[in-house]
Amino acid sequence: MAQRKQLRVGNQWLYADDAERLLRDAIRIRDQEEQRHRIEGHVQPWWKRYVFSTDHKWIGLQYGFTALCFLLFGFCLMILMRLQLGWPGHAFSLMKILGENRAPGGVLLPEAYNQLGAMHGTIMVFLAIVPLAVGAFGNYVVPLQIGAPDMAFPKLNMISYWCYLPGGLVMLSSFALKDGTANSGWTSYAPLSVIATKGQTFWLFGMVLLITSSLLGSVNFIVTIIQLRAKGMTFMRLPFFVWAQLVTGFLLLLAFPPLEAAAVLQLMDRVAGTSFFLPSGLVISGQQLHNAGGGNPLLWQHLFWFLAHPEVYVLILPAMGIVAEVIANNTRKPLWGYRSMVGSVIFIGFMSFVVWAHHMFLTGMGTLISAFFQTTTMIISVPSVIILTALFISLYGASIRFTTPMLFALAFLPMFGIGGLTGLPLGLVTADLHLHDTYYVIGHFHYVVAPGTIFAMFAGIYYWFPKATGRKLNDFWGRVHFWGSFLCINGVFMPMFAQGLAGVSRRLYDGGIQYAHAKAIAEQTNPFMSISAIGLLVFQVPFIFNFFANVLAAMRGKKNVDDNPWQATTIEWAATTSPPLGHGNFAVLPVVHRGPYEYNCPECTTTDFVPQHAEIAAVPPPGGGMLPEAAVAQREM
Amino acid sequence: MDAHAEAHEHVLEIPYTVHPRPDTGLYNAKLGIWLFLASEVMLFGALFSSFILIRTAAPVWPRGWEFLNVPLATANTFILIASSVTVVLAWANLRLGNLKWGRIFIALTLVCALAFLVNKGFEYTHEFKEHRFPSTSNFLAIYFTMTGLHGLHVLGGVIVFSYLLLPGAKMWKTDRARYTNRIEVCGLYWHFVDLVWIFLFPSLYLM
Repeated sequence: MAQRKQLRVGNQWLYADDAERLLRDAIRIRDQEEQRHRIEGHVQPWWKRYVFSTDHKWIGLQYGFTALCFLLFGFCLMILMRLQLGWPGHAFSLMKILGENRAPGGVLLPEAYNQLGAMHGTIMVFLAIVPLAVGAFGNYVVPLQIGAPDMAFPKLNMISYWCYLPGGLVMLSSFALKDGTANSGWTSYAPLSVIATKGQTFWLFGMVLLITSSLLGSVNFIVTIIQLRAKGMTFMRLPFFVWAQLVTGFLLLLAFPPLEAAAVLQLMDRVAGTSFFLPSGLVISGQQLHNAGGGNPLLWQHLFWFLAHPEVYVLILPAMGIVAEVIANNTRKPLWGYRSMVGSVIFIGFMSFVVWAHHMFLTGMGTLISAFFQTTTMIISVPSVIILTALFISLYGASIRFTTPMLFALAFLPMFGIGGLTGLPLGLVTADLHLHDTYYVIGHFHYVVAPGTIFAMFAGIYYWFPKATGRKLNDFWGRVHFWGSFLCINGVFMPMFAQGLAGVSRRLYDGGIQYAHAKAIAEQTNPFMSISAIGLLVFQVPFIFNFFANVLAAMRGKKNVDDNPWQATTIEWAATTSPPLGHGNFAVLPVVHRGPYEYNCPECTTTDFVPQHAEIAAVPPPGGGMLPEAAVAQREM
Repeated sequence: MDAHAEAHEHVLEIPYTVHPRPDTGLYNAKLGIWLFLASEVMLFGALFSSFILIRTAAPVWPRGWEFLNVPLATANTFILIASSVTVVLAWANLRLGNLKWGRIFIALTLVCALAFLVNKGFEYTHEFKEHRFPSTSNFLAIYFTMTGLHGLHVLGGVIVFSYLLLPGAKMWKTDRARYTNRIEVCGLYWHFVDLVWIFLFPSLYLM
């Protein structure tokens, strides 16, 4: 075989004639892209490009921005609640924004407190975190990470967003009702919710829209991940984030419909006067309710928790996925135990369907059933611990890059650990009898979702922001945001465990000071927690400014980082530009040659990472720059 | 061979919209509809579970056949089964390249679906005339909720088949395989709607 001249391009060794051909291709592709952009720019009106877009990236950004707005809104509701809890009955001028019928003279009324509580929970779970974790990150990142030109069903994707936003707006519009919003908690337990004010009907309508949205979204995600993986992207080469999204998709697909059924039944109870959830002989305010009776309030709880427990994993799995990506990238090591993590995430998916009744130990459903659900609950904690342990071990021996996303990802580990471990006593029937419906429960699930999932979301935002804009967020303000949030959020939630162990019930309008057993600890801790909450709000300000300043700069076309600023291996970075092209994502569809986390692997010599799609190993070929025969043969195929 | 040029032609296009992906053996919409049907199974499964729970807890439970119109519902059952056959025939004819007979069978499916809805309408008006409402008893609550939800599914099928029969059929000229796939996917959905009725009919009317 004749000698062919070789040269080095970036970190790759190429034959000169190959390099020439690639260059010609690249120029041609660029010209075609430019032409296409010109054509599309003329053909597509602005509302098709920006409002009813079918581009997964734009839809992801729409989801992200909307969800962040809802996150802030839900947070502000919590601030109002914390003002009341910290200083019960005190008049605050801020409270007057709720109106005279909710807070006369700035003193929050109990019924308004219930509205805030119900809406805080609903907004945070269904309108903020799930859309952010699945709608935003899933939409933006998954097709790029698997090498797909778009989602499998772009129009469904658009419809999915346009079911979510109206669903959210229907929920919010109930603030304008005379009787206010839904006020039966985010769980909407019957029969209270059936006889509640009109806001509950809005809640149900909103939920039906949101469920439709997530149903369409989940079908789309699963089909995309199964069908549109690039050539060579086998299941075991999928980044862990994609695995997490795949399992999440199945949870949304199969767990939400029972809640849809429950919402339909409750809607019938409220609108058509049926008695699905109303038992016979119900007496309300001294009046017997004239209804057919014979319904079962526990039925609502079963249907609700059949959704809402898998929902917990919908909240946490994408977060674990993001954290895994960030940790692999910043430890510059492959994830420890990738296969066992994948196995665990699948196992969690299955098990999450058979643990729901551990929310209902106090309903008297029988010791045998309780024992069953206690057992499954203990079993499901095992795979979660495996994932967390694998992530911890991944840190061992690494020279960690303490970037802002990495700080958030690192904080996720102990925070989720606290949230998870405090859940164990709640899964054991005897301990749960004491802790049920106390602030301990609130502390437990907020540790999972707030410093757990939301920190992971922030890690994701800081990590993928350069992907979407071509700019990195400011590192200094990112650190201020992180450390401030980290300290304050623990100030809010840590005392809740002590409160709960002392027996302070949740959903109390005054934080428990009217009860002898709760008075002391409530007075000691509540003002401190409220001040921490306000501090938490203050420390979000640097993030908001940092975010918008960089978004505005990006809109003016200013980039401050290259295409792969984190030196990542996954193909959303390595094979596309940042920000990626319009429709189509990739200039050339990538072909995947290796697993997702090839950092400091044997193939690495000039750099410490090899992208998944890199065609030629960075190793200068042995024998005077000749590629081995086998490799040549493979490439000619 | 110029792999890059070939790849670029497909850069904008979503793959496997028409032809199956070799390793999964499915095209996108077919996988999508199966997933959607899985979620529908969970939806109706939850409703049937609620039905069972409420019924087993009730001290007395009315017999559907004492006042519901069983002959009409039986006719409806056969109408739906017939429509499941016609939708398969429509797909089979399209597969053979026969648009004319394909459309005739789609139209027949549509006629069956509409006949089902009209019959259901008669049944509902009869119940209302006899002052039997969803609020009257839990049996009627379940009857109206479940048949109502099923009726909405039939209505959804009517809308989609009307679209595919008239404006949607233009696709036959441009993309035959894709149009045929659409009928197949709708047919799968239609079989499911049929199947739900096969469960509803005995449990509401005969038991």
